[in-house]
Amino acid sequence: MVARMKEARRMPGAEWLKNHPRWLERIYLWTKRFVVRAYPLMKRINPRFANWLMVRSEEALKGWAFNCQMCGQCILHSTGMTCPMNCPKNLRNGPCGGVRPNGHCEVIPDMPCVWVQAWERSRSMLIFADEIKVIQPPVNRTLQGASAWVTMIEGHDVQTPHGWAMAARQEVER
Amino acid sequence: MNAGPMRAGSRLERVLRSGRFAVTAELDAPDSADPNDVYQNALVLAEVCDAINATDGAGANCHMSSMGCCALLVRAGYEAILQVGCRDRNRIAIQGDLLGAAAMGVKNVLCLTGDDVSAGDQPEAKRVFDLDSIQLLQVARMMRDQGVLLSGRKLRTPPKFFLGAVENPFAPPLDWRPLRLEKKVRAGAEFIQTQYCFDVPRLQQFMRRVRDLGLHERVYILVGVGPLRSHKAAEFMRDRVPGVWIPDEVIQRMAKTPKAQQAEEGKRICVEIIQQVREIEGVAGVHVMAYRQEEAVAEVIQRAGLLPRQPRLPRFAIPSDEGQGLQRSPQDARQEVAQLSALASEPASANASVQNGRL
Repeated sequence: MVARMKEARRMPGAEWLKNHPRWLERIYLWTKRFVVRAYPLMKRINPRFANWLMVRSEEALKGWAFNCQMCGQCILHSTGMTCPMNCPKNLRNGPCGGVRPNGHCEVIPDMPCVWVQAWERSRSMLIFADEIKVIQPPVNRTLQGASAWVTMIEGHDVQTPHGWAMAARQEVER
Repeated sequence: MNAGPMRAGSRLERVLRSGRFAVTAELDAPDSADPNDVYQNALVLAEVCDAINATDGAGANCHMSSMGCCALLVRAGYEAILQVGCRDRNRIAIQGDLLGAAAMGVKNVLCLTGDDVSAGDQPEAKRVFDLDSIQLLQVARMMRDQGVLLSGRKLRTPPKFFLGAVENPFAPPLDWRPLRLEKKVRAGAEFIQTQYCFDVPRLQQFMRRVRDLGLHERVYILVGVGPLRSHKAAEFMRDRVPGVWIPDEVIQRMAKTPKAQQAEEGKRICVEIIQQVREIEGVAGVHVMAYRQEEAVAEVIQRAGLLPRQPRLPRFAIPSDEGQGLQRSPQDARQEVAQLSALASEPASANASVQNGRL
């Protein structure tokens, strides 16, 4: 018997929640507005506690809802509120060619392909529907385990390797 | 079509840019350390195609590396396509490999995600997937156009590549596949090789969408085809090979055929598909795959009316006129294989003669 992979874990109620991406994108915007204001204040009082609190609450909440893998550079709103790090191949830019005819994962046959779900859910979003077309940069593996909110506020999540930034600029100029 | 400068000047690129219908074929990397095994396979394919793909651990099974195969192919003057998968190497190894490949004279690179380790015979292995195929494409393009590594460190001589990617028009989410192709084109893909096509209507639907997006004018699309060996093989491919879609009609057609004629029927289906695919606007060529049946590949290409291809030429020559198929007797062929493998086993200094055009 093959051990069930961590990527396939889905908590009760999480699928129902993710099937309502319009609410989730609203919640995302509200949370963002709140955290961006609250975190610097908390940090001024006690930086270590602030960081600890962010990591733990993110682990608990996003862990339950999205089976968050704590990559520390969250792009949930760009991927139909479906975590791409749940893809066993860690693909950030779309599905691989191995998706089964029934829309399930090549690696975990009883799990629906993360990207099939991401595509469907992104279609019903209002604000971030087209962000799924953005080319996502390579994952910064040094942020693994960090709070994505903290890395966002401090700007680490958008820092790409120098060469990548050069190539991206060229693409914009085209 | 496809504006922009010549990227690498590879033979495949020239054929595609000239507007001729291109044919590429897949070389089965041997489970062997003998260069002879590569040349035996390549010899059959080289006469019938414009470029040879060297697979990178296809199906997550270990074979001779794509790099090794390409080195041997290029040494013999064959046109090789280096397949680079993301499964086995992280970004540091991949960038190093790309430089090494370019230094050896490989001009075509195919960037892909790769089958998962669980598909192969060593499922205990660690999967890497540090980059995904689109990031890999952009990294390769960055090395070529910006002349830097991912870190931003400058390359003294940037590699020259004609960049390829893969697409599977037959796997869900079907309505996203054309948009994903668009993403790959934005990331730097200049040619596309698709997964096996057994379902022409579905391909037509995909191509219609591709034309609507104007992608057929920005990228050369080569449709993957291949002969089925038997009914059993067809069922195996459908059920066990990730990403292969075979409609029931094809399976039934194979099942109805007596066992002795199934291989023949498989080739006939393949030829029919090639002929139908050729008619689709925006298809620039075919990519013929067949695991361990090089002779069948050659036969299919010949029967589909795609011969003669350009004869194999020294690397510096520019293929100019069509219709000069290289006529070679089996004796000549055997002699050449012997010659090549002798060369391969010689020390490096002796191989300088290859560079000087002895072959």
